[in-house]
Amino acid sequence: MNAPTNLVYERPEGFTDTPTHYCPGCTHGVAHRLIAEVLEEMELIPKTIGVAPVGCSVFAYNYFDTDFVEAPHGRAPAMATGIKRVLPDRIVFTYQGDGDLASIGMGEIVHAAARGENITVIFINNANYGMTGGQMAPTTLPGMKTTSSPNGRDVETQGYPIRMAEMLSTLEGVGYCVRRSLHDPKNIRLAKKAIRMAFETQARGLGFSMVELLSTCPTNWGMTPVASLKFVEEHMVPAYPLGDYKVSDAIKQVKI
Amino acid sequence: MQKEIIIAGFGGQGVLFAGQVLAYAAMDTGKIVTWIPSYGPEMRGGTANCTVVIADEEIGSPLVKHPPLAIALNLPSLDKYEGLLAPGGTLIVNQSMVDRGAKRTDIHVIFVPCNEIAEEIGDKKLLNMVAVGALLTALPELTLKDVEKALEAHLPERHKHLLPKNYEALKRGYETAQKIPA
Amino acid sequence: MPKELWKGNEAIAEAAVRAGLQAYFGYPITPQTEILEYLSRRMPELGRAFVQAESELGAINMVYGAACTGARVMSTSSSPGVSLMMEGLSYIAGTEVPAVLVNVMRGGPGLGNIAPAQSDYNQAVHGGGHGDYPRIVLAPSSVQEAIDLMGLSFDLAEKYRMICMVILDGSIGQMMEPAEMPEMKPIVDRNFDWATNGAINRERRILSSIYIDPPAEEVANLRLGKRWREVQANEVRYKEYYLDDAEFVIVGFGTAGRVALSAVRAARTEGIKVGLLRPITVSPYPYQVIDQLAGRVSGFLVTEMNMGQMFDDVRLAVRGRVPVEFYGRTGGVVPFPDEILAEIRRIAAGQWTTDRDPRDAWQARMVSVLER
Repeated sequence: MNAPTNLVYERPEGFTDTPTHYCPGCTHGVAHRLIAEVLEEMELIPKTIGVAPVGCSVFAYNYFDTDFVEAPHGRAPAMATGIKRVLPDRIVFTYQGDGDLASIGMGEIVHAAARGENITVIFINNANYGMTGGQMAPTTLPGMKTTSSPNGRDVETQGYPIRMAEMLSTLEGVGYCVRRSLHDPKNIRLAKKAIRMAFETQARGLGFSMVELLSTCPTNWGMTPVASLKFVEEHMVPAYPLGDYKVSDAIKQVKI
Repeated sequence: MQKEIIIAGFGGQGVLFAGQVLAYAAMDTGKIVTWIPSYGPEMRGGTANCTVVIADEEIGSPLVKHPPLAIALNLPSLDKYEGLLAPGGTLIVNQSMVDRGAKRTDIHVIFVPCNEIAEEIGDKKLLNMVAVGALLTALPELTLKDVEKALEAHLPERHKHLLPKNYEALKRGYETAQKIPA
Repeated sequence: MPKELWKGNEAIAEAAVRAGLQAYFGYPITPQTEILEYLSRRMPELGRAFVQAESELGAINMVYGAACTGARVMSTSSSPGVSLMMEGLSYIAGTEVPAVLVNVMRGGPGLGNIAPAQSDYNQAVHGGGHGDYPRIVLAPSSVQEAIDLMGLSFDLAEKYRMICMVILDGSIGQMMEPAEMPEMKPIVDRNFDWATNGAINRERRILSSIYIDPPAEEVANLRLGKRWREVQANEVRYKEYYLDDAEFVIVGFGTAGRVALSAVRAARTEGIKVGLLRPITVSPYPYQVIDQLAGRVSGFLVTEMNMGQMFDDVRLAVRGRVPVEFYGRTGGVVPFPDEILAEIRRIAAGQWTTDRDPRDAWQARMVSVLER
């Protein structure tokens, strides 16, 4: 096959040549790509060590062309802390889903943020446990049906969603904490910019950084990819408002 | 040779340090030694004790049920250890803090008014050193000089100005105990 | 270096520092907290990493992360905290990265108490985390031995890419003994060919305990097993006392072993020819030496500060050839030498338990003593 002459889209350097294992329409792939592009643009690929979670993105390490470790469920921020403390000149990021970060790993994420660990967290919020087949997550919307809330999440007995970006933004150790969405090209561009700022925060030693990304799960939501993007826009965004919850003064000055 | 010593009293009476001084003196004179405290929630304000074992070969148990030597700095400690001492052993009792005499006749019980002697020297905290001085009369493996040297070598620099009074406390305790007929 | 009077916990901390400890992650729990406190001062002073984690879960996973970079790293805890770390230990084992974990054991189960115990033997030696994984477990009985074994623990962990645990009871942690510290070893970049420390001028690396394909997991487990056989062949350590002419032998580790030494000496003054075997590595276990002894002595007495856990390992080595008796104290109670001496006398008089599990007989005797 001849090389195309008008190449407009190719695999970023930060990616390996690995076919995706994610479901059609899942936005994990988009989030992965944005990270890879940012690492390439910032020339950080050889310096970066990623920490994969337990969940659908357990195999994240197959895609990124960086060193990677695989954490126990929820413990990625602790592992990242261990790595960053012995290798402070490397770039360390975790990639975590909502069950991993907001449920079993709540202790680890809060304290990594409170300590101001100089790591970057990419938090995928798709309102359910994807890998185990779509159970209720801490981020599942009220009334939303999952395999463990078959009649819809009843807040009286199953509690309310947790808004991680808002929560962590109250902590002094946090340098950058925002929420973005991956449901359309405009928001994807904004998400990429946020990921860039998160890694800029780390590269400058400005403390803990997190980007929460509202994401889809067409398979477990039982929707088409298009319908699931619509669901994010119409139901997730109102429950999880997009915005900058904490941006340190130093990072506000950064122009990219 | 192996000698075991239990030192007991209220927290704040310098029980643990008294044991450490003996341990340092034993170490500095080339002996093998263990020092082990009772530890636990009772550390704050309650009774405290430590066991010191001095030997010339590898020490087995760091704890001993029936020691030949003990110091009781208060009444609860006298009540507890008088009964546990090995027959023929020596028990140093802080007379300032007890209101009874000895019950056993098969051990040597030496009453020393540690608080009063310490106050005469001018530092009531030295009551533990008075008791250690008294104990040395029954522990020929260590001399007064050995313990003085240990204090000099291991007392933190900021406390070094207290050395003369510590020496005096040791000596007064030793002399008081010596005067009591065995 | 001259001897200094060292408290067990602080000695362990300093010995780890001198062995080149690059990072420490821990959480306060009695009776090991002095290790954390000591290192909170010492590590930053040397420009090394120290983090008081949010929990033992956090601590062990920080250890896991740092271990993946090839750094010398350890955590320390005490029984309930070590239970929380079991998840991380299994992952560390499955990822084949070296790490050192010290357990200053206390009375249990549950919250138990803070007194000395050896009741985490099975957790350390036989169980703990999930999955098939070997681990090296060292059991010092004195402050000097704890110092020496700390240095060894890092070397073994790295040599075999394996967890090395050091288990001791609270009394060794709190005890002071004269001891000699080794010289300070410089921090060296060991540049392991597996470490995830940034893919600078090399191919990227992945460290993980995932083998989603069962045959691949089986290969991994067999690889761990092969390495374990090397450990068994090369790393068994123990100390013998009075075994040359011993007619029967006590087996005890850590504090129970040294309490037994006092009892053995007392028995010898009574003319009873009893010896002592004190395992220093409880994993790998000195099965072979017990196997050989079983061929020439009339029996064994196992003493532990638990309900009879190592007892099973002794019986495994003895294979029913001679009786194996048990004496233990549990729940945080430390035995006195005279208790073990009483057992020695009973055995010397020929009263071996042969009709039932010796632990049942021991339990019956304990109950009758405690009711009195």
